[in-house]
Amino acid sequence: MAQSPFPPGPLPVARLAIIAAVVGVVAVAFAYTAGWLSPHRLTPAKIVAGLAPPGGPALGHRRNHAKGICFTGTFEANGNGSALSKAQVFVPGQYPVVGRFNLATADPNAADAMVRVRGLGIRITPPDGQEWRSAMIDAPIFPVSTPQDFYELLTASASKEPDAMKNFIAAHPGFLTFVGWAKSAPWTASYAEERYNSLNSFLFIDGSGARHPIRWSLLPAAQPVPITPDELAKRGPDFLEQEITQRVAAAPQRWTLVITVANPGDPTADPNQAWPADRRTVEVGTLTVQQIEPERDGPCRDINYDPTVLPAGITTSDDPFPAARSAAYSRSYNSRTAEASYYPRTATGGKQ
Amino acid sequence: MTTGRKRFAAPQRLLHWLMAICILSMLFIGVGMVSTVTPKYLTLVQIHKPLGIAILVLALIRLALRIYYGSPSLPADLPEPMKLAAYLSQYILYALMIGMPLIGWGMLSAASYPVVLFGGVHLPSILPVSDSLHTLLWHAHYYLAFAFFAVILLHAAAILFHKLIRRDGVFETMAPVLRHDQPE
Repeated sequence: MAQSPFPPGPLPVARLAIIAAVVGVVAVAFAYTAGWLSPHRLTPAKIVAGLAPPGGPALGHRRNHAKGICFTGTFEANGNGSALSKAQVFVPGQYPVVGRFNLATADPNAADAMVRVRGLGIRITPPDGQEWRSAMIDAPIFPVSTPQDFYELLTASASKEPDAMKNFIAAHPGFLTFVGWAKSAPWTASYAEERYNSLNSFLFIDGSGARHPIRWSLLPAAQPVPITPDELAKRGPDFLEQEITQRVAAAPQRWTLVITVANPGDPTADPNQAWPADRRTVEVGTLTVQQIEPERDGPCRDINYDPTVLPAGITTSDDPFPAARSAAYSRSYNSRTAEASYYPRTATGGKQ
Repeated sequence: MTTGRKRFAAPQRLLHWLMAICILSMLFIGVGMVSTVTPKYLTLVQIHKPLGIAILVLALIRLALRIYYGSPSLPADLPEPMKLAAYLSQYILYALMIGMPLIGWGMLSAASYPVVLFGGVHLPSILPVSDSLHTLLWHAHYYLAFAFFAVILLHAAAILFHKLIRRDGVFETMAPVLRHDQPE
């Protein structure tokens, strides 16, 4: 006779119900935490999906800033940064850099002249292993103030509704400051002639533990030469990558890393707002780009330029974007690395 | 690996309940962090990594204690399928407690992320940078997390079944404290 797990007697329905209730409550709490019961929660998945063009994302590529080229070089700290941050990256010395020039587009085959915003990602690795990663763009301010606004911008620009963008702008007038820059700022024909800005605010922590709200920029040594987008288009769809490859082969290219220190009350939480031009700046070192390598087999390919990978001595501020970027970049990274077969390395291509 | 004793040894019970809190928190933090873009994301990630390593260390200690102390035997009248389920679930739970942190650590290593515990304390990379390794481990970490949660729910349902329905003393082997009307 098979043994029954139940003791003899009638089924203890009430006690079974208690067990079901306990398990059920924990399961529902889990589902809530995972966001399954909150369809309106802004998730990394939504932001990443919102970046995709109508035909779907370019598999194997970054979900934004998809067109890019790798570089290696150094960051040479001059020591001035140590007054603001205890990070080893500011102690005088030369530290290796793996970086990436890129265009702010979801299309890795976009023509250069079609993309207004250019970016630069860097990873600096000092001897103590405490990396500093940063992804910057050439715009002086970000188009919107919050991650939620960014998602609404993505939704509006993808919308077929004729008034979608008009309504978005009416609700987010700060976007017009960005549009003003996009329409008026001169274009250049070289990644080397661009200034790249952190836009987001971070906190530098000095040796005494004091926190300094800051932003940073990389200022090019090369003199910008204005060009119209039409002239750039005539030079070919991939001119920027050809140009930077030849330029760096001829001579290393340099940028000065400049830290801007906020005054009390400056809008650290809003990358849509520039800080007044008279804020104190500190030149902390020089980025030197020494070698360019195509992304397909290049050392930047498998790096996520997550702006929250920071050494002790730098931390996030009340700016909500670095967290949102980190969450979305991670999602993009997980997707694209799983799709590597759609973006195959060349047979002989080495990996880092 | 059973012993004559009726209860798990005190250090085993302590570790069990401490780890129960850690692991449940870990699973909630895990599903929570990947579903938000708010600054909570960073806080949760910053907890997730050191807590994972803490669970790995505690699990190894617990395994050693298990080998040293053994475990009380199951009730003799427990039907065979339930005995099998009890043994299997223990193997599965140990494998997940030790495996999940290692998979997470390996996944970060394969993606070239620094494995930051807190402040300036980093763990070394345990795998080469590789998109295929990262993908394999990331999928494993993701799906095993849900499996882990499901096994824990089953484990909780089973022990409540022992406690409330069979009243066969299995719950008491791991109970944090005994009421004095219960025999040691």
